[in-house]
Amino acid sequence: MDLLNYAFMQRALLAAVLVGITAPAVGIYLVQRRQALMGDGIGHVAMTGVGLGFLLSWSPVWMATGVSVLGAVIMELIRWYGRTRGDIALAMLFYGGMAGGVMFINLAPGGSNANLTSYLFGSLSTVSESDVTAICLLAAFVVLVTLGLRRQLFAVSQDEEFARVTGLPVRALNLLTAVTAAVTVTVAMRVVGLLLVSALMVVPVAAAQQLSRSFAATFAIAVAIGVTVTIGGTVTSYYQDVPPGATIVLLTIAAFVALSVLAAPLARRRARALAAAQPVGDPAECAIPDTRSPGDEVGV
Amino acid sequence: MDAKAEPVISLRGVRAELGSRPVLRGVDLTVRRGEVVALLGANGSGKSTAVRSVIGQVAVGAGEIELFGAPQRRFRDWARIGYVPQRTTAAGGVPATVTEVVSSGRLSRTRFGVFRKADHAAVRHALELVGMADRAKDSVDALSGGQHQRVLIARALAAEPELLIMDEPMAGVDLASQEVLARTLQEQVAAGTTVLLVLHELGPLEPLIDRAVVLRDGCVLHDGPPTPAVGQHALPGHDHVHPHAPAGAEPIRTGLLS
Repeated sequence: MDLLNYAFMQRALLAAVLVGITAPAVGIYLVQRRQALMGDGIGHVAMTGVGLGFLLSWSPVWMATGVSVLGAVIMELIRWYGRTRGDIALAMLFYGGMAGGVMFINLAPGGSNANLTSYLFGSLSTVSESDVTAICLLAAFVVLVTLGLRRQLFAVSQDEEFARVTGLPVRALNLLTAVTAAVTVTVAMRVVGLLLVSALMVVPVAAAQQLSRSFAATFAIAVAIGVTVTIGGTVTSYYQDVPPGATIVLLTIAAFVALSVLAAPLARRRARALAAAQPVGDPAECAIPDTRSPGDEVGV
Repeated sequence: MDAKAEPVISLRGVRAELGSRPVLRGVDLTVRRGEVVALLGANGSGKSTAVRSVIGQVAVGAGEIELFGAPQRRFRDWARIGYVPQRTTAAGGVPATVTEVVSSGRLSRTRFGVFRKADHAAVRHALELVGMADRAKDSVDALSGGQHQRVLIARALAAEPELLIMDEPMAGVDLASQEVLARTLQEQVAAGTTVLLVLHELGPLEPLIDRAVVLRDGCVLHDGPPTPAVGQHALPGHDHVHPHAPAGAEPIRTGLLS
């Protein structure tokens, strides 16, 4: 493993593993709420943060975190209040965020769209010491929320109205989910890039669903897939000169296809087992019990 | 039923609108401890809106709602209430087991704390009550409509509530599950649970019901003991000659008996 001798590779692998854990961990709640594309929207908004970071010579990672958290909160507020025009407002937020990023980075001294590219598609080899610190802190927050509040977030994502009647602070939990998703986007930004981050939130979860029947198992398998593909993609990009972000996303999709093919016979076997376990008195086939005649219920 | 028992739910002159359409137009309703009250009425009569206003899911324009003697706005003791929403086809986008869904109902007691032995036991017990303990590890997507409804009821029972509020618990439920549900409810009522439920027709729950409240166009039309179905009424396919219909109104004929 000569690649571990390079400091930049150590940093890249650490960042990749953290993204492999955090992106599916948040993504599972977004998928459960049928907001699979929210990560994509936050990614667009985060671009304004990156641009502002360059313009003001602040850390683009922290700036992007701030702006995407703000964007995610606005999106959540639009979901509450703007029922009818909600999608239009979201579209404006996404494209405004993207245009803002391009604008700010061009206004920045010495800035060009080339700087932006490394954030759009990821640039693992340029992950700096301070980036790693930021990524570690943010990832710790994401893991704490997604694991520590898994029962509460599950309840809110599964059935929001019921969750409100249990007395859970549903609005606060929804906001927390949005903020956590925003933080994850900036964690993943340097690894897979803002335009591909949503893939790593959604596809491992979709792949895990092919095998699992429970939420807990889906969570565990999705994170396992996430870590496998991020390490796999990073190592591949070291030996073959290919972009790590794209490699990781293509590997994730390959995992999805492989598991889908694998799952088909598994589902058939499960259906057979279920049919065999069908208790007596609950017949799988139509039959009228001997003690009753078809005319029983209509006698006048 | 003891008419002096304390009121658990109390609605006074409740009005509510959905969009700009008035759905509740001054509803008065009191449910006392230990009572089983059925809310009946045609589609659009406001019965679902009425129960959803009780649990604070519909904004009330005027009137007062009290839960356990406290104004609903300030009511925080949600573990005392078990809510069974109208079963919808909308489920989460991620698979979940029966146990995972039922455990959500326990959160009104555990809140942000960890699940202890007693909490896991309560979830198991709730599943046993609805006869779904053997399906605990199955995905909810693999269940029939009736089994799914039993899971939603188990979720409400997991918090060991004093008051059950159910919205059309029998809708789309097969006969076997209807019987299980009626038996479960009977056990709960015998143990002292108060029940408010929205029903389309009394059906197999009829013997349990102390009072029927009939809504029409957002107003209470009838509040009293349910009239048992007798004679031709007890037959499936009878003609609906509604006693409250305006004089001279044409009875709704299903034509099945003529």
